[in-house]
Amino acid sequence: MIAALANPHRFMAFSRWAAPILGALAAILICAGLALGFAAPPDYQQGETVRIMFIHVPAAWAAMIAYGCLGIASFSYLVFRHALADAAAKAAAPLGAAFTLMALVTGSFWGRPMWGAWWVWDARLTSVLALFLLFVGYIALRAAIDDEAKAARAAAILALVGLINLPIIKFSVDWWNTLHQGESIFRAGGPTLAPVYLAPLALAGFGYIAAFASLWLVRTRAEVWRRRSANLALQAATR
Amino acid sequence: MTTAGLLFRRELALAWGGGGGPLMALAFLAAVTAALPLTAGPSPAGLAGVAGGATFVSLALSSLLSLDRLFERDLEDGSLELLALGPLPLEGVAAVKCAAQWTATGAPLALAAPIAAVALGAPILAAPIIAAVSALGGLAFAFVGGAGAAVALASRRGGVLIAVIVLPLLIPPMIFGGAAIWAFTEKLPWTTSFALLAAYSLAALGLAPFAMAAACKNALS
Repeated sequence: MIAALANPHRFMAFSRWAAPILGALAAILICAGLALGFAAPPDYQQGETVRIMFIHVPAAWAAMIAYGCLGIASFSYLVFRHALADAAAKAAAPLGAAFTLMALVTGSFWGRPMWGAWWVWDARLTSVLALFLLFVGYIALRAAIDDEAKAARAAAILALVGLINLPIIKFSVDWWNTLHQGESIFRAGGPTLAPVYLAPLALAGFGYIAAFASLWLVRTRAEVWRRRSANLALQAATR
Repeated sequence: MTTAGLLFRRELALAWGGGGGPLMALAFLAAVTAALPLTAGPSPAGLAGVAGGATFVSLALSSLLSLDRLFERDLEDGSLELLALGPLPLEGVAAVKCAAQWTATGAPLALAAPIAAVALGAPILAAPIIAAVSALGGLAFAFVGGAGAAVALASRRGGVLIAVIVLPLLIPPMIFGGAAIWAFTEKLPWTTSFALLAAYSLAALGLAPFAMAAACKNALS
């Protein structure tokens, strides 16, 4: 499927329909998740602030997925030289940065009443901050190189270096300090989260992922159009 | 003399020549060390608490200083192109350059770091471990920093861009090195963090040259 979509014409035909459908799906899932989330009873420890989880945790998931997509797209660009893979990588980075920032900001809103501080130097916060800095570095590098082909390859190399480093950063930061509650969803022996919160969280999670996918397609399409128009302008100028 | 040896001597001569790299890096380390008590207050107890960590951060920052000259000068005068055509593969060229970078700035900084830390109030017994951690961490700073410098090569904007790219990648060695120094001064077991730092530095030594070579080829294309 991925190989078939490497053809720009097929990709444009596919994404033309896939982007709005995924967008609608995202709106429905996020609305359903939030509605269920607000209907759920307040937590016995966290009170009403537990509802921040339904917008905070999915943002962190989407941010990590975005870096994964950036890495995969960069790898396919470096290895297979698909121009579309580069457009996809370029499109994924600002989205990833936005989701990471959202996770940081909503986490901070939750931390103020719960921990008594907007920010604490805890392992998860710090590794998400590191992820944000990786996205910022990628965007800064792309912006700093004028030659588009060179910018694409340099940025792809950086994204892969970051992809190798990301688990190490995660490990080192976890090892350094931990205050954030432990993993409660993806753990051996099943989730420890109460089912009444798990359902809205799962809905919102899939909703965020659909939203990321939809926006990613839209941004990739925009990048393809931008390149086509730049080519046309160049042809018109040289005629 | 082998090609790699000749290249190493050339790089070292370039780094030392013209009042460049090492002296600047040492002066920078001294200035940052002096700035800490000036900004954070001269209380010996407060300074002693952060002496090791602050020194290690200053060390990481000092090692960024000469990175923008690592490949850029050679790209501008065309010698990078000659090196790419030479008998040594670009991966080897990049590794030799980073090794020379470490010898020229990392090693002098590693010798100066214990002095800076002790001046800030770290126990004098910790000096050898600070030197060892700085030398080992400096290796990671040089190789990961080299990868950042090579990637930023096509931008011709250097400096700040390299720092923005490289600093998040230096989080693991900073954590492991800082933890080793801290554990030693607190008389806790420090070998785990030291071993992790060594592992990171060796991994950087082995992997970064490939990223640097790919980035240099891109800049030359």
